[in-house]
This record gives sequence, structure tokens and C-alpha cells, in this order.
Amino acid sequence: MTSSLRARAALMSVLILAVFLGTWHLATRGSGSVANLNPEYAKLLGATATQGKSAMPGPADVGAKLWEHIKSPFYDNGPNDKGLGIQLGYSIARVLLGYLLAVAVAIPLGFLIGMSPLMSKALDPFIQILKPISPLAWMPLALYTIKDSSISAIFVIFICAIWPMLLNTAFGVAAVRKEWINVARTLEVGTVRRAFTVILPAAAPTILTGMRISIGIAWLVIVAAEMLVGGTGIGYFVWNEWNNLSITNVIIAIFVIGLVGMILDQLLAQATRLVTFPE
Amino acid sequence: MTDKFISIEAIAKRYPAKGGGETAVFENLWLSMNRGEFGCIIGHSGCGKTTVLNILAGLDEPSEGTVIVDGQAIEGTSLDRAVIFQGHALFPWRTVMGNVAFAVKSKWPKWSAERIKAHAQKFIQLVGLGGSEHKRPAELSGGMKQRVGIARALSITPKIMLMDEPFSALDALTRGTLQDEVRRICLETDQTTFMITHDVDEAIYLADKIFLMTNGPGAVLAEILENPLPRDRARIDLHRHPLYYPLRNHIVDFLVSRSKTFTTDVPDYDPRKVPVVKLALPEPVIATSAKSVPSAATASTQASA
Repeated sequence: MTSSLRARAALMSVLILAVFLGTWHLATRGSGSVANLNPEYAKLLGATATQGKSAMPGPADVGAKLWEHIKSPFYDNGPNDKGLGIQLGYSIARVLLGYLLAVAVAIPLGFLIGMSPLMSKALDPFIQILKPISPLAWMPLALYTIKDSSISAIFVIFICAIWPMLLNTAFGVAAVRKEWINVARTLEVGTVRRAFTVILPAAAPTILTGMRISIGIAWLVIVAAEMLVGGTGIGYFVWNEWNNLSITNVIIAIFVIGLVGMILDQLLAQATRLVTFPE
Repeated sequence: MTDKFISIEAIAKRYPAKGGGETAVFENLWLSMNRGEFGCIIGHSGCGKTTVLNILAGLDEPSEGTVIVDGQAIEGTSLDRAVIFQGHALFPWRTVMGNVAFAVKSKWPKWSAERIKAHAQKFIQLVGLGGSEHKRPAELSGGMKQRVGIARALSITPKIMLMDEPFSALDALTRGTLQDEVRRICLETDQTTFMITHDVDEAIYLADKIFLMTNGPGAVLAEILENPLPRDRARIDLHRHPLYYPLRNHIVDFLVSRSKTFTTDVPDYDPRKVPVVKLALPEPVIATSAKSVPSAATASTQASA
């Protein structure tokens, strides 16, 4: 029954995709010559005016262009013409760097907050104020102090990825069942061993959930950050192709941003599954 | 005085009450047990039995008084005092072996992995879980989980085993089997055990001494009831013993009525001289002397401290 449900769902997905692509194709196809124009004038006007063709590329155009990108993802023809693979690589590297820095800060700090009611109360006002700040609001300050646009982008990723991890770690650590702590206490388990063998595995599912939310936010923010700082990255690619008026490339970029985001999310989901224990 | 293995001396537990002042769960509580004895505290909810056990475990601190175990005042928790928790408290991310080995490693951190495993294995076998070493708690039934809890507690060879209503969450059939196991293990290993229960039959079957506590707040230890049943008692013919029903009735009477009124009934109650009650067979009664009512209880008010 389950397999048949899955099969039917897959079929439905394919159908929805087909309807979407079909509608897209019909909406953007040309309707033939609309007016008899001087050929030279028509050339100046372009296909939109002469054939009634939409300025929006159709699925076939996008597919063809995508195939080009897939064939040579890593070409480098100077600052404004790099392969999609290179641009994605820059973005992923920035996200991972900022994200790992955030992990290194958020998890130990979250442990501290979760284990110490004093620190929890003392740090609470700071977290409450800093958390709702849009990560991009930090950008000018980062550019001014760091004076390097690439590192500033990494800082922005760091500052946006830290909060969900910090709060989830603190919550997970504080919510470890009292009886497990009591078991450790009656067995005279030291603080370090208790942190690693009791609290960490008990809080791991909550911590990983926070990490999963963080990577999602980091990937959302990198596109915007790279549009601002420019130079390299998938966000810069989108903005550059908009300046080139290449809607085809913009659509392709949107598609791969979604794809990479999904892969990052699934990796963390898989990791969460590994540390989740059935009660 | 010298052979008192556990001696609870004048402990009190108070909590700040609403609107200032303090509420005492119990005050000036004295209780002692000998080595190898099985003691059961029985009383209604809220009389502070769990607090007594937690203080004995070191998980809680008395507002006043001390607890002496094996000649030493206790300070905090200790590997000498193992606790079997009501809700088994196993680590769900560890296997049966992992849970028991965790305790063994805590007691003997320098042991090699093989030695820890072999030691843990011995106790897993003892509670009858051989073959389930690699299962996780989620794959075990309630009774099996509690067995792992018992194996974990015993594996560190504690001086005292403390049990907080260990079987209350189990079904009657499983509870019976586990009581048999605990009784067998405690007799075999001469384990000093202190248990909390509100199950009269459980106390009768397992305990050597039954401590009756009155209702809280302001609970007191009303009586120490010495179990008159033979040490090699068996569940199947327990109720045929002539003292079984007098004992059971005595406890039930206490729980139903005397636990509420004890403090007013006995105004000159001395917490250091808790009456030790030994039930004896009633004198044979001649049928014609209708006035003499057989009394089962002969309270000998010996000083317990």
C-alpha cells in the first residue's frame, strides 16, 4: 500500500511538472509575424515585436542554457564570466566557513546557557536584542570594520546562523531529563564526562534541529549578501545576469539555488536522523 | 549502636511556604537499619518517603540532621549507594550493555573495555536478560527495562540499594516476577536494600522491616514493623502463614485510619523511640470466655535508636 502511494505520488509530481512546463511553454512561445516591417527596423525591434515572442524565455531555452552550464561548469573568462560551478563553489565555501564558525561558538555557548541558569538569565537580554536583527543590517558595519567584502559576507553568514543553533542547544541542554542527570549524579560522573556522555547525546536531536534551521537561513542570506558585496558567488551571478538582461541565466540560478539549498537541508536531516533515539 | 549500618539522625526537610514561613514535610526523623536488611517505607503520597530516599541517595539535602552510612556521614551522591528509579531512567541512546557498562565504567574508570564488558555481562545475566545485550531500551518491555535498571544498580556492587517505587509502573504479573527476582538477588548477595512502596503486599513479601509513615506535612515515622514471616518465604504459600493476615490487616488499618490520626492519638510521641511492633500468634482462646478478645499485636515499645 505504501509503495503504491509513493508510486502514485511520483506520478502526480511528474504530471504537475508537465502541466507547469506546458503552461510555461505556451505562455512564452511566439505567435508568428505580427506586422510587416522594414527588415532593418524589425531587426532593431527584436523578436518580441516582430514575432510576438515573449521576452520571457521558454522552458526549452532554459533547458538548452542549463545543458551548456552543465557541460562546462568551471570555465573562467574573467571577473564577469565564470562557470556556474565556480560561482556555486564560492557561495558554498562562504556558507560553510561562516556556518562552522557559528557552530564553534553557538554550541559551547549554548551548553553554558543551558547548564547555568545564571548565564541563561544574564545573556537573555543580549540574545533577545541581537536575534531579530536582519543579518544584512550588519553588512555596513562589517565592511567598515573588516574592510574585506568577502570576509564580511562570511561574517554575515556567521551572525545569521548562530541564533537558531544557540537557542536550540541551550534549550536542548536545559531540557535534558532530570532522571538522566540524577543517574549521572548517583554514579559520581564528572562534569566533562557528564557533558559528553549524558547531556550531549540527550540534547543532540534538538541541537541538530537548530543546525538544520541555521544552514537553511545561511543559504537564504548568502544570495542577498553576495548581491551586495559582488565579485563572486551565486548571488553575484544572479545580479550580474540581471544586468546582462539574461533572464534565462537568472532562472537557472534560481533553480540551482533551490537545488543546493535542498541538498544542504537533506544532509542535516540525515544527520539528525542518525542521532535521534526512540524513546 | 555500633551495628547500625544506616542511621538517619534527626533529619528534617522544610520548604518555603506561600506567604512566608516554612512547611515541614517531616521534622526530627530517626531511622536505622542493619547490614543485609531489607527495609520498606510505606505511607501515603506526600508523606515525604521519596524525600527520605533522595536524602539517603544524596540527591537531596536535609534542612537539618545527618545520615550516617557504614560509620560515615554522607555527603552528596556516592557510588556506594545505587538508586533504582521509578521510571527506570535508562539512556535510550545506549544499548542494554551500554547502560550497564556506563555504570561499571563510572565505578572503575581504569578497567579495560573487556573487563567492563565481562563485569556488566555478569549482571545482565543475573537479572535474566542474557541475549538482549544489544537491544535499546525502546525495544524492551517495561519489566525488562526495570531489570536493566536493577542490573545497572547492582553492577557497581553498592553498599545500599535504594529503590523508589521501582515496580509501580508495571503490570501485576510482571511486578510479581520482578519482586521474586529482587528477593532472590538480595538474599543471594546479602544486599542492604531500602525501598519505597505504597503496595502493602509488596512490603510484606520483600521487607524484613516495614517503616510506617503518617501523612504529611509534618509526617512522622509511626512504627517499625518487624516482618514475622520466615526469611525463606515463597509467594505461593505466603498467605497461608498464620501471621500473614494479622500483619496485612495491621498495615492496612494503619494506612486507612491511623496514618491520619496518629499525631493526635499519640501526644507523647518520641521520634527517637519509635515503637517496634512484633506481631505474635494470638494466645489460644477458650470459646466460653467471650470477653477476651484475641489481640494480634503485642507492641513492645523498645527504643529503636
